[in-house]
Amino acid sequence: MSDYILELKGIKKNFSGVRALNGVDFNLRPGEVHALVGENGAGKSTLVKVITGVHQPDAGEIQFRGQPVIFANSLIAQRHGIASIYQEPTLFPDLDVAENIFMGRQPLRPTTRRVNWKKMYEESSKILASLGMSLNPHTRVRGLSVAQQQMVEIAKALSVKAQVLIMDEPTSSLTTREVEDLFDIIRRLRDAGTAIIFISHRLEETFVLADRVSVLRDGYYIGTRAVCDIALSELIHMMVGRTLGDMFPKEEVQQGKVILKVDSLTKEGLFYDISFELKQGEILGLAGLVGAGRTEVARAIFGVEPADHGTIWVDGRQARIHSPRDALALGIAYLPEDRHQHGLIPTMTVTQNITLPILREFAHLGWVNRTAEERTARTFAERLDIRTAGLWQKVRELSGGNQQKVVIARWLGIHPQVLILDEPTRGIDVGTKAAVHQLMSTMAAQGLAILMISSELPEILGMSDRIVVMREGHVTGCFSRAEATQEKIMTAAMAGRSGEANTTSTQ
Amino acid sequence: MTSKTRILQKLFSPATLFLHWEWLLVLLLIVTAAINTTLSPYFLNMRNLVDMTFNFMEKSLIALPMTFIIISGNIDLSVASNLAMSTILMSTSFQAGLNIWLATLLGLAIGALGGLINGLFITKVKLPSLIVTLGTYALYRGVAFVILGDRAVTGFPSRFTYLGYGYVGPVTVPLVIFAILAILFGFSLHRTTFGRFIYAIGSNEETCRYTGIAVDRIKIILFTLSGLVSALAGIILTARIGSARPNIALGFELDVITAVLLGGVSIFGGEGTMHGVILALFLIGMTRYGMGLRNVPGQIQIIVIGSLLIVAILLPQLLRRLSLRVRI
Amino acid sequence: MKEPIRGSGYISFFWHIANIREVGISVFIIILIAVVSIRSPYFFRVENLRDILLDIAVLAIVATGQTMVILTRNIDLSVGSGLALSGMIVGMSVSSNWSISPLLALLMGMGLGIILGSFNGVVVTKGHVPPIIATLGTLSIYRGLVFAVSGGAWVDAAEMPESFKLLSRNTVLGIPNLVLFAASVIIISYYFLNHTRTGREIYAVGSNPGAARVAGIPVDRIVFLVYVLSGMLFGMGGVLWVSRYASAQSDSAMGFELQTVAAAVVGGVNIFGGSGTIAGVLLGSFLLGIITNALNLVRISPFWKLAMQGLVIILAVVFYTAISRRLQQTLIVRRVS
Repeated sequence: MSDYILELKGIKKNFSGVRALNGVDFNLRPGEVHALVGENGAGKSTLVKVITGVHQPDAGEIQFRGQPVIFANSLIAQRHGIASIYQEPTLFPDLDVAENIFMGRQPLRPTTRRVNWKKMYEESSKILASLGMSLNPHTRVRGLSVAQQQMVEIAKALSVKAQVLIMDEPTSSLTTREVEDLFDIIRRLRDAGTAIIFISHRLEETFVLADRVSVLRDGYYIGTRAVCDIALSELIHMMVGRTLGDMFPKEEVQQGKVILKVDSLTKEGLFYDISFELKQGEILGLAGLVGAGRTEVARAIFGVEPADHGTIWVDGRQARIHSPRDALALGIAYLPEDRHQHGLIPTMTVTQNITLPILREFAHLGWVNRTAEERTARTFAERLDIRTAGLWQKVRELSGGNQQKVVIARWLGIHPQVLILDEPTRGIDVGTKAAVHQLMSTMAAQGLAILMISSELPEILGMSDRIVVMREGHVTGCFSRAEATQEKIMTAAMAGRSGEANTTSTQ
Repeated sequence: MTSKTRILQKLFSPATLFLHWEWLLVLLLIVTAAINTTLSPYFLNMRNLVDMTFNFMEKSLIALPMTFIIISGNIDLSVASNLAMSTILMSTSFQAGLNIWLATLLGLAIGALGGLINGLFITKVKLPSLIVTLGTYALYRGVAFVILGDRAVTGFPSRFTYLGYGYVGPVTVPLVIFAILAILFGFSLHRTTFGRFIYAIGSNEETCRYTGIAVDRIKIILFTLSGLVSALAGIILTARIGSARPNIALGFELDVITAVLLGGVSIFGGEGTMHGVILALFLIGMTRYGMGLRNVPGQIQIIVIGSLLIVAILLPQLLRRLSLRVRI
Repeated sequence: MKEPIRGSGYISFFWHIANIREVGISVFIIILIAVVSIRSPYFFRVENLRDILLDIAVLAIVATGQTMVILTRNIDLSVGSGLALSGMIVGMSVSSNWSISPLLALLMGMGLGIILGSFNGVVVTKGHVPPIIATLGTLSIYRGLVFAVSGGAWVDAAEMPESFKLLSRNTVLGIPNLVLFAASVIIISYYFLNHTRTGREIYAVGSNPGAARVAGIPVDRIVFLVYVLSGMLFGMGGVLWVSRYASAQSDSAMGFELQTVAAAVVGGVNIFGGSGTIAGVLLGSFLLGIITNALNLVRISPFWKLAMQGLVIILAVVFYTAISRRLQQTLIVRRVS
């Protein structure tokens, strides 16, 4: 009789010749938070899909409460009490909270088989209350914040009496305060006996929340440790298989003139009175909590949604930026947060993606000179070491890391003076992260001015020459590289909403 | 398995056929021509073939900007109604005494305006093209009815009707006009920045905005062009049949959209070729002609066209699924 | 304990969204009625109101089916042709066999509609053909079949048995059968959509098909179901249409699908699926009926009807889009401040 609720032994899974999982072991105790870490492509999501019944393993066995089981489909896994919560909440925006929790399982009145609305709302309130939420179950989900939507997902899992809860990157869109709320709920669930598998790229969270941590690398199971028995560097070593010497390769760069100046930029409801300067060769880190308004400022500078008031100066001259075309014409480029939505044209080739913004350079009266185009694309592909079968390959067939490089290549193609990067390494594994940071340093060294928006403190501290902190639409702090500390930045980012300063113990 | 068999397998695998949809169309075109020849021995006569094109040149013209629009991820259901509206306005102003050529220009302007209105609602008010053009499909046709009711305008001068059924040497005037525009549109789509942007918008519109592509401006141009060409098609159609009624070109949008989709353009946008569409246009035209040879009434013909539309989507899907299964 | 999470502030807000559309359109109807009544006092007479109800009865029935399809993020452009086809087949059967009872005729029509709707459903769910294309295709196929089946000939009043013609016109307590049929359809549909699991799953599928799949909802089966229901309802509509107008023609109900979409859209049904009410569709049908009726009374030529429908669709969509966008913005501002 094992004291594990879930045990996987020797799981193997192939996808048309690619080994996603090579004999992975994994076990889970009730009443524990078990972190699952590994780089992108290590096999975490495949393992999760095996546990939730979406995929069937090619070899190996699964035991649930000591009995061998086969999760032939997701419904069977769900019936065993396995629930999962993904990064993107899978909710119904037009329906209310209660319906979202009970969809497909609405309580019915005995004789008429009518939906028992009253009971549904009562049950929902109970579950939400047990999570410490006073969310009204009549609220339509569309208006809820990401954090609240996640709570609804958890409530959903509770309503099916989930015994195993899998959470995949739950914190990526949450503010620090919301993360704390979430962790409290997770701890409460754990104490009540639920087993939780927690996946996150933010390794600090593992140390705050988890009891044990398991590491996967390239589809192999590396090992499991109790969190109190392992240090961060050792964990990274297990994940990466090599010691990452310097995670933040920042060079000292000779800075040039002020290339971008933003003065009293304001947009009603989003940000107020934003002013800062950016020099050539400088990396300015824009820090703050999610929702502080940083992306909105970037989009205003780039012309996607121009500000209501305030001025922007580029290279000493006042600029009128009403659209991305204006911004591009001035040499400002913007790498948006969401690469897939906003970064690539999946059905087009690598060449076409790279040359998209500069296509006119190859055109005579509109007619495109394909040979010249290919030549330029090739230059960039080589410079950034983009691995493809050929430049004619469609971008959707490339790996995530190479796709990111294509996006960067495209922006380099317009020879920007200012590059705005919005969460450049979010959702990227440790190895590629370092590569992107290296690229940033090199570009800065060549005179490029970089405005880097990031919610990851280590990245902000490691890469920025100067740091500007925003909170709820206002600039609340400005630090040089030398004087910045985690505490100072967090304080500037987080003073309480009702005006009280919130002295918080950070992660 | 010998390498020869492997090569043959690859040549005729569903994947290849799917990847080269145009070859399938060519095949179907040949088959249809063969069938038509058995129905009428005069079919393959040059003059006859040229005359056959009379019936679908107007639809073919409209299919050109429609191809652009569908590749860009939109749709225009209002083309036939716009045609009616601009034609009626052209005809009634001619009837009221305006010079025929000025009236023609007026018609073209109205058509362009109709398209522009579509474009503005879609870009400025940010409404989906399906809904906007569903509304203008009713509105423009309605305007045509309001103006003419159940009457008709006839009595066009022969120099005008020449546009519809005149000849330039061995070929017809509409065919010449179509050929010129087809070449223009085709090269635009495949070889210019404008064409590239259309594909990009259809594939991922948001990314295009971030890349500085003037998405809204391009969409407005596409819909205005669609309206303009619809009006042009209307001029030619009116010239050909010699009269203008509010129910002119009723149901044209079906044939046009069918041809574009049959030509390999994806309804989701981002993919498709002009030569595919042109092949499909001739395929449909030839099929309708063949049915005409057998005295199949128009109302029955639409059963075939409707089925063709559905098959045009089903077939690639089926082939894709089949080829996947073959691979594993 | 923790601070209450933002949610509580939104309650009143969302009750507003739920009702704002229906309230808005009701107000608009009342204003319209007032304006028309002033222009033409005949409007408020009982006979006229009864005529309006009769006019919109079939529309309401078929629009209800259309609504269910739209709720799942699909569309059914074949309703007009399907209605004509079932009406023609039933009309022809009844005229050649006078012993068929009206009720049997009605069931025949619904059965035919179910078959036609199933074909739509299969093409969309199994064939993975996008609904616009699929139903654009069946729109033509069914319309062509009307001609094929009838040979172009019409079935006129003289050929139909009295009992059949009275199917729609007989009254119960003064209310025409036709109106009662419509009312029953609406009540049953309301119950189905709001008080059964399947009905709620229809909303779920339209709101987020991906999430619906994850939740174990048989999305394909539900989409197939709504097409079958739409078919059943336009089949029913076809029989009632032929009964009411005492005539089956090959060009009956041309463009009717547009009216059903208009009724739905004007009634606040979101064209992207996931939200919309039966009450809304009923109001939308009312509005269209009143407009047509008003046009007649005010002696504007009937040729305006089509143009008005188009205008109404565009205005309705613009209006609703503007509202929801304003709401979105307010939500964002609230969240930040």
